[in-house]
Amino acid sequence: MNPWIRLVIYLVGAPLLGGVLAGWDRRISARMQARRGPPIFQPFFDVMKLWQKENVVVRRSQNFYIFFFLVLVIFTGALFFAGSDLLLVIFALTLAAIFFVLAACKASSPYSFIGAQRELIQMMAYEPMVLLTAIGMYMVTKSFYVHEIARHPTLLVLTLPGIFLGFLYTLEIKFRKSPFDLSSSHHAHQELVRGMTTEFSGRALALIEIAHWYETVFLLGWVYLFFAASPPLGVAVSLAVFGFVILVDNVFARLKWQTALRSAWLVALVLGFGNILVLSWLRHP
Amino acid sequence: MILGPIATGAGLLCLKPDQFRKILVSGITLLVCGGVLTLAAFPLPVAWEASLLLDHHWLSMAMMVVEGGMGLYVVYVGLRARRPLIVVLMLAQAGLMAWLEWAHGSKLVAANNFLVDKFSIIMALINGVVGGGICLYALGYMREYHEVAHREVADRRPLFFALLFVFMGAMFGIIFCNNLLWLFLFWEITTLCSFLLIGYTQTEEARRNALRALVMNLAGGLAFALAIIWFHRQSGSIELQTLVTSKHSLALLPAALLCFAGITKSAQLPFSSWLLGAMVAPTPVSALLHSSTMVKAGVYLVLRMAPVITGTTVGMLVALVGSVTFLAGSLAAITTSDAKKVLAWSTVANLGLIVLCGGIGTYQAVWAGILLIIFHAAAKCLLFLCVGVVEQRLHSRDIEAMSGLILNMPRVGVMMLIGMAGMFLAPFGMLISKWAVLKAVVDAYPSLSVFIVFGSAATLFFWVKWMGKLLEVVGPRESAEKPLALGEAIALYGLSATTFLACLFFPLISSWLIEPYVFSVYGQSASMSQGNIIIMTIMMVMIMLFPLSFINYGRGVRVTDAYLGGANVPSSARFLGSGNAEHDVKTNNYYLHGFVSEAWLARWGVRCGATLLALMVAAAVRTVI
Repeated sequence: MNPWIRLVIYLVGAPLLGGVLAGWDRRISARMQARRGPPIFQPFFDVMKLWQKENVVVRRSQNFYIFFFLVLVIFTGALFFAGSDLLLVIFALTLAAIFFVLAACKASSPYSFIGAQRELIQMMAYEPMVLLTAIGMYMVTKSFYVHEIARHPTLLVLTLPGIFLGFLYTLEIKFRKSPFDLSSSHHAHQELVRGMTTEFSGRALALIEIAHWYETVFLLGWVYLFFAASPPLGVAVSLAVFGFVILVDNVFARLKWQTALRSAWLVALVLGFGNILVLSWLRHP
Repeated sequence: MILGPIATGAGLLCLKPDQFRKILVSGITLLVCGGVLTLAAFPLPVAWEASLLLDHHWLSMAMMVVEGGMGLYVVYVGLRARRPLIVVLMLAQAGLMAWLEWAHGSKLVAANNFLVDKFSIIMALINGVVGGGICLYALGYMREYHEVAHREVADRRPLFFALLFVFMGAMFGIIFCNNLLWLFLFWEITTLCSFLLIGYTQTEEARRNALRALVMNLAGGLAFALAIIWFHRQSGSIELQTLVTSKHSLALLPAALLCFAGITKSAQLPFSSWLLGAMVAPTPVSALLHSSTMVKAGVYLVLRMAPVITGTTVGMLVALVGSVTFLAGSLAAITTSDAKKVLAWSTVANLGLIVLCGGIGTYQAVWAGILLIIFHAAAKCLLFLCVGVVEQRLHSRDIEAMSGLILNMPRVGVMMLIGMAGMFLAPFGMLISKWAVLKAVVDAYPSLSVFIVFGSAATLFFWVKWMGKLLEVVGPRESAEKPLALGEAIALYGLSATTFLACLFFPLISSWLIEPYVFSVYGQSASMSQGNIIIMTIMMVMIMLFPLSFINYGRGVRVTDAYLGGANVPSSARFLGSGNAEHDVKTNNYYLHGFVSEAWLARWGVRCGATLLALMVAAAVRTVI
């Protein structure tokens, strides 16, 4: 498929798919907790409602950072689905996340500030594994380009099992799902109130929500890449992974940041780096 | 160009009045910058290069005298400070060099004493432009330093400026010399200058740290001397170019020893403590040591050795030293809130990355390494100079004290943010380099990538939390901004522009300067693909659009106080807590003391580094036995 067509499909389709996934998330979570849950399209109604609210801020420039966060998240996904260099995709993703953190710092409430610090710790926790994933894919396919990785004839997961598991672990952190909802949780009744997003309301909150939809689709797209040789399997596994993330969210309690960071680095070291070591031994015995 | 600044230095030593000094310093700085730029624009014709061969006999006599004088001074310093190690190291290398001169005196001739290729032109540009900026900045800074901030320190400004210029001149010497004996002389001059500059304030701490820098760099100097002697014994040549193109059996041991010297000078583990100690000196000195001279001389030498050590055990061990240093340095920078210390650790870490490139030594790695040198010099210098200004205004260089700097001192705050963005953010220079390093490492030694991925995660953490601190505004702030002195303003604005433009025009820098050099050495060169350059440019444009959003500043929003848990008291930064007591809001960054400790990192870093270096030398020695 022409990369431009893919790009347009992504730009239009990702928020729709992401919104529906978010709706499912709430519905499935509710069923797991023996509640009925909202309709599937509830996230869209929420965003529309948020859009009509008054714009209340603590610092006048805080929402600019949020806008650029959204733009860069969209850009990250666009790079990915257009098939560019995976390392650049990661760097763009990091840049986007940094704008979000700076927004929370700028808001200058103690809750959002600590949320921002914890988000940084979370970024530090997942960054190594994400980079190792890109490196592992490069070692197998000899290319950092997403479109070439996607065209690789064999299932990547067969040669990169450790990296796949490690990537699943970081996915939990990246989605800010329990047990790693340290910086901002979905429920405001915790010790950090709502962490990073405490001081954002109205349109800014709506933008954050939309950015989250784009991000979900992009990350699931990356999961698909492990199974790109067989598209139906890829789609099925991506959706299954999303279900798994929801399950974990509902089963585990929140961890302390120390545990989160240590365990994430340990996973990256053992599963991710171990996988890479094995690969390089196989290449030069 | 080499002698110019040194002669100026001597002149400055005799000049007392501030006014004259100002004129002379600015004039010479402009001349040097102009000279470097012309050199970059119009490469020297070869014939002219040959005419640079001066009367060799007199010159070598003069060099002997300078060398002897420096040796005697160092021995005197060692004796006075009761440091036998200094005396022993100095005597050892002086003895070696004297023996070499005595045994082969008249035969020690190099066909080409100078070496002017694209790589040396890049280094000269950095040294001239960044170093020149620092000299201009120092004019205003040192006046304030002596007249306002530190009255207790004896005013020895003539010496200070003289040393700055001698330092710069010696750095040009290192860059342009092909004759290893001359290179060694300039190498030792930078060692001595750094010793004197670090000890400038003459406090107990400054003296101790200066001596530590001296010991470590003398150890590197000894390795350098051994390298020259061994190479001369084996091949009868004293030329850098010959060394680089010789076969392994001849060149590997001297190359390993020169890498050792480079590693001491660029403050890699186990020698990083001298660079951290160097921050007791006034800020221009730190900026000079960290960005354009000293440490860059070390990595310059390592990168020059890259073609020799690539693919050997020695190369891999050098790369390991670099990567361990990168990881340890990045983690250590998390744990401290002293701005200068964070910068120092980050320098150590980034130099580690460059040494890693040198150790890998493939054409991609060298390309990435040179790119790192360029971007790091501009951004790091800018950051040091900003911290210097902030320290003079706020009387603290603690990062926590910089909270809300963007309102207190908007201009310096923005420049600091540009500097930090230049150090690690996506479309900016260092990140382009990191991208290249990662590719080079994965192709050469995939297992080394583990150091880079964990190290860069740590880098991210300490830079962003600093940026956040600058942006965060808790209570109402009054402005602390005072007008900058002219020299300071030129240096700061100039460097901010350089950081920015270097990123924007990086493809041009790469194709004009870096690729021709890499091509001339390896016969092939790396670069970034067209598509990726376009992506980077798009990101750059997006970042540039960000300030535009401030047109909307405060439009259509209702401003309220932050949620503080208790009831807010009408001052936006206080709240009513339990028992109706009023509390101030206070926020601090995380320093992860329970997770990593600086002392532990330093201790184990030194052990690892020392072991690796010993192995490296052993591996090199084994190739000749």
